[in-house]
Amino acid sequence: MAITYIESRIRGERLSKTLVTTPPFLFLLLFFLIPSLIMVVASFRYPGEFGGLASFFPVPGEEETGLTLENYGYFFGDFIYAQIFLKSFGVAALTTLICLVMAYPVALLIARSPKKSRDLMVLLCVLPFASNFLVRVYAWMIILGPFDLLFSRFAVIIGMVYVHLPFMILPLYTNLEKHDPVLLDAAQDLGANAWHRFWKITFPMSLPGIFSGAALVFIPVLGMFAIPEILGGKDDWLVGNMIKESFLGTRDWPFGAMLSMILTLCVLAIAGFMTVLTRRGTRHA
Amino acid sequence: MRRSPLLWISSLAVYAFLYIPLLVVVIFSFNDSKLNAEWVGFTFDWYRVLVNDQMMIAAAVNSLIIATVAALLATVLGTMAGIAMHRYRPRFLPFMTLTPLAMPEILLGVSLLIFFITVFGEEALSLLTVIIAHTTFCIGFVAIIVRARLTGMDESIFEAARDLGATPWQSFRLITLPLIMPAVIAGALMSFTLSIDDFVITFFTAGAGVPTLPLTIYTMIKIAVTPEVNALSSLMMLLTLALIVIASRIAPGFIENQRHHGEEYET
Repeated sequence: MAITYIESRIRGERLSKTLVTTPPFLFLLLFFLIPSLIMVVASFRYPGEFGGLASFFPVPGEEETGLTLENYGYFFGDFIYAQIFLKSFGVAALTTLICLVMAYPVALLIARSPKKSRDLMVLLCVLPFASNFLVRVYAWMIILGPFDLLFSRFAVIIGMVYVHLPFMILPLYTNLEKHDPVLLDAAQDLGANAWHRFWKITFPMSLPGIFSGAALVFIPVLGMFAIPEILGGKDDWLVGNMIKESFLGTRDWPFGAMLSMILTLCVLAIAGFMTVLTRRGTRHA
Repeated sequence: MRRSPLLWISSLAVYAFLYIPLLVVVIFSFNDSKLNAEWVGFTFDWYRVLVNDQMMIAAAVNSLIIATVAALLATVLGTMAGIAMHRYRPRFLPFMTLTPLAMPEILLGVSLLIFFITVFGEEALSLLTVIIAHTTFCIGFVAIIVRARLTGMDESIFEAARDLGATPWQSFRLITLPLIMPAVIAGALMSFTLSIDDFVITFFTAGAGVPTLPLTIYTMIKIAVTPEVNALSSLMMLLTLALIVIASRIAPGFIENQRHHGEEYET
């Protein structure tokens, strides 16, 4: 009797585990993992005659079937593609830096404000997010237009900073809020001036927050296509624009898939790098 | 605490940087001129044009259908994923749920584009593909919120329920679900706003036949900018703001409510 009770309970537990885990697993397997794998394979295939992908299986009369390294060959054969990646990295780095400089005072002010006003101040940073992404980009079209600054690298950077700034403010604030003010008092008693207190205490302790904010800004900027397209000129095209063009413009899918694969590898490398830096930063603090 | 005037001034400048562009959009939506260049006079004309624009109404209907269905699907699947990740520590589920949130959106967009067309054919892109795509990235947000709520919870309630003979379904329906309800509702509202605002993933999965509001804004910005875009933008801001207010009103109320229930179960 007791054994069957326990058995049925174990069976029930196992059943509920299956019931809860399987549906999201299957959905994401089908619509996230398999599409990602299809993209990996697509980057090694030939483009179809009328766009899309060529046949994977041999077709009589057609030579370009099966797998190929051709797409990666194009990438490494012409420096122009690597150059666009470098340009994207440059824009992402500059955007991240400007976001950091702008976010720091705000995050610091919120962290040092009385507890009851902090929530409101954070909310005020996030609220512009309530407007559509395209609206926020469009706003800069209106503002920069009369000054003849539209369709320039400058406009692209401003747009990028504007759209991603809250991603830097929030993790920085979360970090700065945990700092113990006693440390600053002690430093002051020992004769450190404001400048030293900031660079020797606050800043080094905030490094983990800086790194997680940097990852949250850098990675989406790297894949962005709408901002360069709307605010920039043709010289300001980034990786995202090239990928978009390959899929919807020239319809050379394997080439687009190859660019997406390289972008994925860059993102993974950056994410890994930031995780390492954050851990190290945490250990020091 | 240490808040120097310099800190105040620079912070205020950043807040101004965040709000002035949006204010400009709203102000020019009332401008009696086809150009967004200088103020001519006050008018509601652009709102009138907007509500009589058949294309716009079709796009709004599409957006609402997509956001409602995607939010429902994502809430059910995301809640399951959140519970599973908290209780059973599955090996691959966290990776599959959270990676779509960390990747640049364009990557999810193009991989779904290839997938839908190679598997379902050239004509596959439709309302359904957009709903599926939106569900894919919303699941992660719901799962995070639900898991966070479960993490703060006392496991002994669930053990007590089991010891008292509750079946897994009873313990889910009577204990787990009421306790995580605020997180589930917050997740649903968040999915709805993410879906209705999404541009990049929709752009790749919608095809030509399914204009949504963001896709329409994009086309208007690229082809012919009139203050109708400003009017639409202002209305969409108002909608999202309203949703945020509702969420923050509902959720705390629910939290209080659930805590009360929780205490009842504990005694």
